[in-house]
Parts: sequence; C-alpha cells; structure tokens
Amino acid sequence: MKILVAVKMVTDPNVKVRALTDGTGPDLASVKMAMNPFDEIAVEEAVRLKEAGLATEIVAVSIGPAKASDTLRTALAMGADRGILIRADQAVEPLAVAKLLRAVADEEAPDLVLTGKQAIDDDSNQTGQMLAALLGWGQATFASRVKLGDGTLEVTREVDGGLQTIGLSLPAVVTADLRLNEPRYASLPNIMKAKKKPIAEKSPADYGVSLEPRLRVIRVEEPPTRQAGIKVGSAAELVQRLHNEAGVL
Amino acid sequence: MTTLILAEHQDNHLDEATAKAVTAARRIGGDVHLLIAGKDCRPAAEAAARIEGVAKVLLADDDGLANRLAEPVAALILSLAGGYDVLAAPATSTAKNIMPRVAALLDVMQISDVIAVGEDGQYQRPIYAGNIIQTVASDDPKQVLTIRASAFPAAGQGGSAPIETVALPDSPRLSSFVGNELSESARPELGGARIIVSGGRALGSAENFDNVLAPLADSLGAAIGASRAAVDAGYVSNDLQVGQTGKIVAPDLYIACGISGAIQHLAGMKDSKIIVAINKDPEAPIFQIADYGLVADLFEAIPELKSEIEAKESA
Ligand SMILES: Cc1cc2nc3c(=O)[nH]c(=O)nc-3n(C[C@H](O)[C@H](O)[C@H](O)COP(=O)(O)OP(=O)(O)OC[C@H]3O[C@@H](n4cnc5c(N)ncnc54)[C@H](O)[C@@H]3O)c2cc1C
Ligand SMILES: Nc1ncnc2c1ncn2[C@@H]1O[C@H](COP(=O)(O)O)[C@@H](O)[C@H]1O
Repeated sequence: MKILVAVKMVTDPNVKVRALTDGTGPDLASVKMAMNPFDEIAVEEAVRLKEAGLATEIVAVSIGPAKASDTLRTALAMGADRGILIRADQAVEPLAVAKLLRAVADEEAPDLVLTGKQAIDDDSNQTGQMLAALLGWGQATFASRVKLGDGTLEVTREVDGGLQTIGLSLPAVVTADLRLNEPRYASLPNIMKAKKKPIAEKSPADYGVSLEPRLRVIRVEEPPTRQAGIKVGSAAELVQRLHNEAGVL
Repeated sequence: MTTLILAEHQDNHLDEATAKAVTAARRIGGDVHLLIAGKDCRPAAEAAARIEGVAKVLLADDDGLANRLAEPVAALILSLAGGYDVLAAPATSTAKNIMPRVAALLDVMQISDVIAVGEDGQYQRPIYAGNIIQTVASDDPKQVLTIRASAFPAAGQGGSAPIETVALPDSPRLSSFVGNELSESARPELGGARIIVSGGRALGSAENFDNVLAPLADSLGAAIGASRAAVDAGYVSNDLQVGQTGKIVAPDLYIACGISGAIQHLAGMKDSKIIVAINKDPEAPIFQIADYGLVADLFEAIPELKSEIEAKESA
C-alpha cells in the first residue's frame, strides 16, 4: 500500500507576518520558512502506518519554489521514501494545487493521500477536499484518529459538536487535524540518510496544469490593532469596571 | 444574482450561524435561498423560512443526508448549482468539509472565511492567522464562499418564505457514518454566547476546569472556551478550542484565564468586544490586546471574581 503526502512550505508558525506597506502582499523577506504544521502531522501518520507494517511506500509532494526541497527533505528525514517537487515560484491557489496533486495521484496510484487540514499561511482549508472531489474519492477531513483495515479506513474527525467517526473504502483522502499525533523530530542519522533519498523535480507544465489564478488580490492590509487597556488591581475593581465602564456586566 | 446558502442546522433546529450568513449574502445583493439538507429536517426548514430576507427554502430530506457526509451533500448542491451565481455557507466544520468539494467540481476557487462583502464582488478574508486581511475578487463564473459567522450580525425574524422540496440525486456512496461522540452541555454554545470564559494550560487539569473555571462561567451564564494547549492536554474536548484552527468567536466579553496569548489563539478571539486577561505573568502577550488585565494567580482570582459577580447580582 502506497501513501502520498502533500507538504507545503509556509512561514514559521511563531512569526507574526506583516503586510508590505504598499499593500501588494505579505512581507516575507527574512521570514523563516518551515513545513506547514498540519503537514508534519500528516507525514507522521504516514510514517506510523509504514512502521506498523500497513504501508510500504511514502511519497511526499510539494508545490513551491526551489527552497521547498528543504520541506521535502524534512519529510524524507521523518521517514518518507522519496519526494516530488513541482516547481512554482508564484503563489499557487488550492484549486491548482489540487489539480497537480490529482495528476500525481493518477501517475502514482496511491491507496491513501494525506494532506494537512489547513495551510497556516493562506488559511484556506480546501485543498484536500478539492483533491478528493477531482479524484472522485471519499474524504475524511480534520482527522484525529485513523484506523486502517483491509482496503477500508475508519476515521474519527474533529467537528464543531465534538467527534464524528466515518468509514471509507480505499483509495481515499484524509486531512490531518492537530490531535492526530505528535510529529517526531528527525534524528541526525535520519537527516543524513534523507540526503540520499531521491527528489524528482517537475514543472506544472509536465502535468498540463495552469497556475493562472482565479482570485485577483486587490490588496492586503493589517487589521486595526487593539490597544492594550489597563491593569486592574483586584477582582472587585474588575467587576466594577466591567459594569460601569464597559457595560458588559 | 441569486445566492444559495447551505444552512447549518441540527435537523430539528436551525443554528444562528445560518442567519448570520444570510446577512452576508444580502450584502452581496439579489435573492437569497436557503438549502436545508438532512433527515427529518422540516423543523429546520420552517425556522429557515422565518428568517428575514430569505426568498425561498429548499428542503432535501433524505436518509442519505442524515449525517451530512461531504459526498452526498456536495452532489446535492451541484445538482442545484445551475440556478445560482453564489454558493455560500457559514464556515462551520460541516461546510468546510463540503464546500471545497463543490468548488472543485464546478472548477472554481473557494473564497474561505469571508469577513466582509464589498462593492464590485470584492470579499475580505483573513490570512496568516488574521494578521493580514486580504481583499479578493473572483474571475470565476460562479462564486463559492464560506462565511465567518462571527463577522456578521444575524438577520432578523419575520419572513415567510415558501418551502420547496428537492431530491438527492444518485451518487456513489464513498463514505459511511459510523458514530458521533458529541459534547453535551447545558451552557450556551461558543458561537452564539454573549460571554465566554476561556481557560489555558495553566488550569492544569480537567478537574480544575470543572471546579474552578466552570463555576465562574455559570455565574455569568457564559460559554466555556479553551486554548489548544488545554485541549491537547485532555482537560476539555476539542470542540472548545478557540483559535486560528479552532472556533472563531466575537462575544461581548471574553475572559482569558491562564492563556499566554499566542497568535493562533488571538486569531480566534481578538474581535471580541471586551477582552479580560487573568495571568500571573505581567509580560504575557495576552495583556497587549486585553482591555482589562489582572495580574494574579488564577486559582485565587477566579473564585474572587465569581463572588464579586454574585455580590453585584444580589445587590
Ligand atoms: C498549527 C497550529 C495551530 C494552532 N492553533 C491553535 C488554536 O486554534 N488555538 C490555540 O489556542 N492555540 C493554537 N495553537 C497553539 C498556540 O501556538 C499556543 O501553543 C497555545 O495557544 C498555548 O496555550 P496556552 O496559552 O494555554 O498555554 P501557554 O502558552 O503555556 O500559557 C499558559 C499561561 O498561563 C499562565 N499561568 C500559569 N500559571 C498560572 C496561574 N496559576 N495563574 C494565572 N496564570 C498562570 C502563564 O503565565 C502563561 O502565560 C496552534 C499552534 C499551531 C502550531
Ligand atoms: N503548495 C502546496 N504543496 C503541497 N501541498 C500543499 C500545497 N498547498 C496546500 N497543500 C496541502 O493542502 C493542505 C491544505 O492547504 P490549504 O487548502 O491551502 O489550507 C496543506 O496542509 C497541504 O497538505
């Protein structure tokens, strides 16, 4: 059984990204980049399935600039077997990412595709669902538990009201939520080994997918910032101010 | 211009997020129709028909829609899409699961988490955990939107839209429902609460959520929220997580107790009207956005706060 995992290079989650003053985009100069945290969870899940003897090969795919090969190397160091980098220097919308992933899935014929629930840069939360639709496969989004059977899958999902468990037959797409697992740190020997694992470089044209954006970004800006208020001395003062000043009690 | 909204409902009642999405759709202009997809969901359709500004309610009542699995609901929406320019839904976990599937099959980009609707088909949405607001316009023939309910007031009552039944088209069964473990609580729901009392890692245990935080929430008639750290540690269930990747809330009053104020948490609550922070570290980042900060040990401050509130109420 083969697993395909989609990994995106995004800004480090601890960085507060700012808008360029001319309003054309985020200011990414000198911002540290990292693997999208949800994709680390997706890779970890794939590696655990392989360690449990349930999967035989893990292929990691990233769409992005040359530097996204670092993100693929991280996936390889965590335990993926090989990587595919589809080079794109501009921002690629989820729909185009889904089309590229579909083309890779057509070629690789995986039994399972794992993606993150959401990329923490564009916060779109749509690529995995779109991919499942384009492939005509079932989907299990926001997964917090994955149980693989013989050609079947049982997935527990984090939903607004609590948890929902669904069953699917393979092939299927699963998107990883925060509680699915705790991703490992790659060990130094595994980082060294990962340097020898293959990464194939491709272009969107190889798959016949256009990256022409569907959404025009008119501008980006920072939201109004909240001002820090006052420090109160006691619970009694707090209640009095919430009542008299703020009018919320 | 006509918009179809996939309503958020629990079959026998309609969630308020739906009426908030109606407000957003009315700002786009044109007619607004609501789709109720479920099983034994006529009560939700009747509630939908009463929302002001709704021109028509489509009711799809079918066993195949019982748990709103993504594949059949997407197939249903696609079968109706021809008559609509905009397909929208409040950005609940149900819609976030379904709508991108619809968008892909229509070959259009989804605009996720719309927080403002402007002129000329422009939409605003937060990116980078809400640190940046992006204004976009779509070049696609149809638009697929999810709407951040907390950014819009609920549309009023008093409508009387006709209810029309529609049928679920045949589609391959790609997933099946196994079971739900839904949280039961007598407290208000996070999305609609006027006051939220939220706890972080500092609470230290599930017992402390129950014995320290919950009494304060109950004295205020408030909902309970939590940081990711508190959910990950198993103190409370996942559906209470507030933040970039949890629930987005904007109550009148948000009281953050023992929460440091990481950007991912702020993303879910910084549009609250009044923010109170209780934290023993005077340098905690949460104080930078709090209207009222109390530097204190929460195990002392929360019981005090509770008795002050009860004293005020009985005064
Ligand atoms: C991809 C991703 C998504 C995420 N999504 C979310 C999300 O949706 N929501 C979210 O909340 N987080 C999210 N996070 C996690 C976020 O980065 C923080 O780790 C988390 O919010 C921290 O939770 P906390 O404030 O409870 O814990 P901590 O950061 O550990 O803070 C605890 C605070 O309690 C204070 N404290 C300790 N003891 C006491 C006491 N006795 N009395 C008073 N104060 C005390 C401390 O001073 C400290 O400020 C996400 C992270 C990632 C990477
Ligand atoms: N450029 C990309 N390269 C690889 N995977 C991606 C890319 N963009 C999105 N994904 C995958 O899709 C998931 C959801 O992204 P999004 O829909 O943009 O929030 C991510 O967690 C990744 O697994």
